[in-house]
Amino acid sequence: MSRTTRRRIGLVAVGATAGLVLAGCGGGDINSAGGGSSSGGAKCGTFNIAVNPWVGYEADAYVVGYVAKTKLGCDVKYTNVKEEIAWQGMNAGTVDTVLENWGHPDLVKKYITQAKTVEDAGQTGNIGVIGWYVPPWLATAHPDILNWQNLNKYANNFKTSESGGKGQLLDGDPSYVTNDEALVTNLKLNFKVVYAGSETALITAFRQAEKNKTWLIGYFYEPQWFLSEVPLKKVSLPKYTEGCDAVASKIACDYPEYKLNKLISVKFANSGSPAVGLVKNFNWTNDDQNLVAKYIAGDNMKPEDAAKKWVDANQDKINAWIK
Amino acid sequence: MTATATDAAAPAPDQGPGPTLEEQPIVEYKNRRIPLKLAIIAAVWVLGWLLLRGKMTLSLPYAELNGFMNWLNDVSDKVGDWQQTNFFFHTVLGNIVTFINDVVAWLQKMLSTPPGARPTPEIGWLGVTAILGWVAFAVAGWRSTILVVVTLLLFNVLDIWTDGIDLLIVTGLSVLVSVAIGLPLGIWMARRKRVSAFFTPILDIMQTMPSFAYLAPLALFFGIGPACAIVITLIYALPPVARITEHAIHGVSESTVEASRSLGVTKGQLLRRVQLPMARRTIVVGINQCTLAALAMATVTALVNGPGLGQDVIQALQALNVGDAFVAGSGIVLAAIMLDRTTTAASERAERAARRGSGSTLAPRTRQLLLLGTAVVALVLAYLSHLYLWAAQWPDKATIGSDVSSWINDATNWVVNTFDVITSFVKNVVSYGLLNPLQSLFSNVPWWLMAAVLLSVAATLGGRRALAATAICGAIILGTGLWYDSMQTLAMTIVATVLTMVVAIVLGVAMGRSGRADLVVRPVLDTFQTIPSFVYLVPALALFGASRFTAIVAGVLYAFPVATKLVADGIRGVSETTLEATRSVGTTTWQTITKVQVPMARPGLILATNQGLLYVLSIVVIGGLVGAGSLGYFVVAGFSQQNLFGKGFAAAIAITAIGVMLDRIMRYAAARQE
Repeated sequence: MSRTTRRRIGLVAVGATAGLVLAGCGGGDINSAGGGSSSGGAKCGTFNIAVNPWVGYEADAYVVGYVAKTKLGCDVKYTNVKEEIAWQGMNAGTVDTVLENWGHPDLVKKYITQAKTVEDAGQTGNIGVIGWYVPPWLATAHPDILNWQNLNKYANNFKTSESGGKGQLLDGDPSYVTNDEALVTNLKLNFKVVYAGSETALITAFRQAEKNKTWLIGYFYEPQWFLSEVPLKKVSLPKYTEGCDAVASKIACDYPEYKLNKLISVKFANSGSPAVGLVKNFNWTNDDQNLVAKYIAGDNMKPEDAAKKWVDANQDKINAWIK
Repeated sequence: MTATATDAAAPAPDQGPGPTLEEQPIVEYKNRRIPLKLAIIAAVWVLGWLLLRGKMTLSLPYAELNGFMNWLNDVSDKVGDWQQTNFFFHTVLGNIVTFINDVVAWLQKMLSTPPGARPTPEIGWLGVTAILGWVAFAVAGWRSTILVVVTLLLFNVLDIWTDGIDLLIVTGLSVLVSVAIGLPLGIWMARRKRVSAFFTPILDIMQTMPSFAYLAPLALFFGIGPACAIVITLIYALPPVARITEHAIHGVSESTVEASRSLGVTKGQLLRRVQLPMARRTIVVGINQCTLAALAMATVTALVNGPGLGQDVIQALQALNVGDAFVAGSGIVLAAIMLDRTTTAASERAERAARRGSGSTLAPRTRQLLLLGTAVVALVLAYLSHLYLWAAQWPDKATIGSDVSSWINDATNWVVNTFDVITSFVKNVVSYGLLNPLQSLFSNVPWWLMAAVLLSVAATLGGRRALAATAICGAIILGTGLWYDSMQTLAMTIVATVLTMVVAIVLGVAMGRSGRADLVVRPVLDTFQTIPSFVYLVPALALFGASRFTAIVAGVLYAFPVATKLVADGIRGVSETTLEATRSVGTTTWQTITKVQVPMARPGLILATNQGLLYVLSIVVIGGLVGAGSLGYFVVAGFSQQNLFGKGFAAAIAITAIGVMLDRIMRYAAARQE
């Protein structure tokens, strides 16, 4: 390396560092110019909310986050991760709360029962439903399709290039609980499960099917913002009874209803932060969540703005959360 | 991007500039019996398929795990326990992680994210732009300064400042660490053959193993956030630095080294005074490749909450908001163009400096004064942006991010609504006509027959060494227990590669023959090479449905830029005298292309196919997100559900084995023909 180059690199480094330091030490004039966006923040401190990758969850997270920021003065941080990673984060103490948990018995056992680093923080008020859905036009044109016993009659219509001569049953994001392969086998349906691989793929498929009036049956769930755009109809499977899903390969019944709950890291629960109470009291309906989710996904609002809009219109509910 | 950047972000074992073509006779098969042998293999294969279809295919149902996968699950659990109990993981690693996260948090506070009560970062946009512009001036020249300033202004205009700067912070730190490790490693590899032999396969695996497979365990060790994001980026971005450094030091001519030795310099002096300065230009190319590879990881790191524009892309995808995804994606493209051109300019200057002793046309003294003066200006601007709101906060009225987003959404809707019937017809034709039969041929025959086909094809094309590589990789695939799915993925990869090459040859020939075509097509190629595939997944899904064909489309879109650039390079390499000669005997344009240019550019075409194939394989996982099933889907599932981790990891191993196998067959086949 020639001497000039070395000197030049030295200059660059000195210049850049000096710039940062100089600016860092300068006065706080700009603070008085624009400040006041958050009030205090001393009492609450940092509040880390995990954001799992579906819009309904985003609605939960940003509404709670907005309330925590504006009413409790917390410094809210959103951590965008999948469910399992979020549990790992609560275990490590880098995530404070998960606001919508769909069961996950394996993780409950690992982190709540065994490691005792995570605890249940009560229900969100949302009821999770999983099942097989068809686009509304199909339910209107062939109402008997909503009963699983008639599915074989229509199997040919559901054929696609992906389903190897059988009817196609489209599954979505692998994060979600699915018994569909066992169901197809045990209910003796002439269908093949095709893995779309992501929620995005699943929603796009349903959207196109409704628009072009094409045949489609697939795995879906509520609450979900997309249902306010296209109200998919649920196909009834043999009724769920306690324990009918005990052996995975023998399952021949519908999915159970999930009472969705919140989780909180033990470390955070013992921290005395006022946000702990907020998380425990947070409770709303499927309609509430769908509305905020629709603001985000349907109307393309920023999550913060969507949360503000809902919070401003629902002060009574908020007051019950922060009492 | 410049020709040197063709294999940006590539899982490319071949680095360095493509072969230059001198006049060569039209290449003939040395062994005329090869086509005959291949025909016999194909006949046996089809016969076997007809007779033994569906038998011993080793297919494994979705939720079923084998012993190897369960063992991987156990390993992952054990390693998870260490994180809690083992001193090294808990304390040593913990402190490193905290340190990295603190550095990132400090840089964010300074440059991108308003800390606490302040409405703006410590240095506002004006200051950041001035400082980065000055750095570009110092290392690369004033043209780069203009590029940097324009890019950063566009970040403001598109309303992606915070995440755009975060992206630069994470990329910058990753590149810094990559160079700090990769440069010495490359030097070491260049000096000792054994070291090189040991690290080369490791670097291969680092580049071809899909990062989804190890995302969850890494997040366990490095926590959620910047430190983990940097480690993930490092794994992918480090190999180009090490490889190209090794290549560069080897490239210093033997006579120069001999001459220096005869003057009695020590090994250290030789390295510092001779080899490094002479290899400097190529090493900077390595840093350029490293930078682009780092940017390619932006969306993946967002999955473990790595800061940057990748997060916006992922979030927009959840809401199916193509417009927002596009705006964030173009931020990544802008960053890539800026960093690529700046590092390339820096490398050119380094070359001039090596030749003349100074990279600048100015006298050293004048240049130093100029640098000092502009530094003062930059610092003053930085200070102003610390003090005054006008220099720190970009006015909302001067942003067009949301307008661009809604235009894109409208345009996408129009395209989808107008063409979706035609495109789904195309999907069906390709799926029923080509994909289904081919996949059946690959995966629905007994595994031993397919293995025999692969081995004999490898032996016929590439000889003994290709046979050995195929045997090893085949055994690994068999060992993962995912033979059936691997063969399905292999068939899809081959279809995607064929389509890629069709596009690449058409565009590449046009570019190679006409400078104007090159001028028009090259920016398109640059864009597709750097824009995250997530951006165009939603329209692709709407047009082609959740299907294997959509995965193939995504693969082609990602792979065709590299392949096209290499084809164009090959075509351009055909010597002018040969072309003159053919023209003088009155051949038509079509004849010139098919009889002279394409055959003579064969080495370039082979390299392009090789790269195209590896690029296609590198996004098999993305295919899993849009309905491709098979290996890609298992890797995604393994990342999402801990009881499927083992299966996902096994699938990732199989993908890597397929990549290495195909690469070796092609390389040895090409070497045999020369």
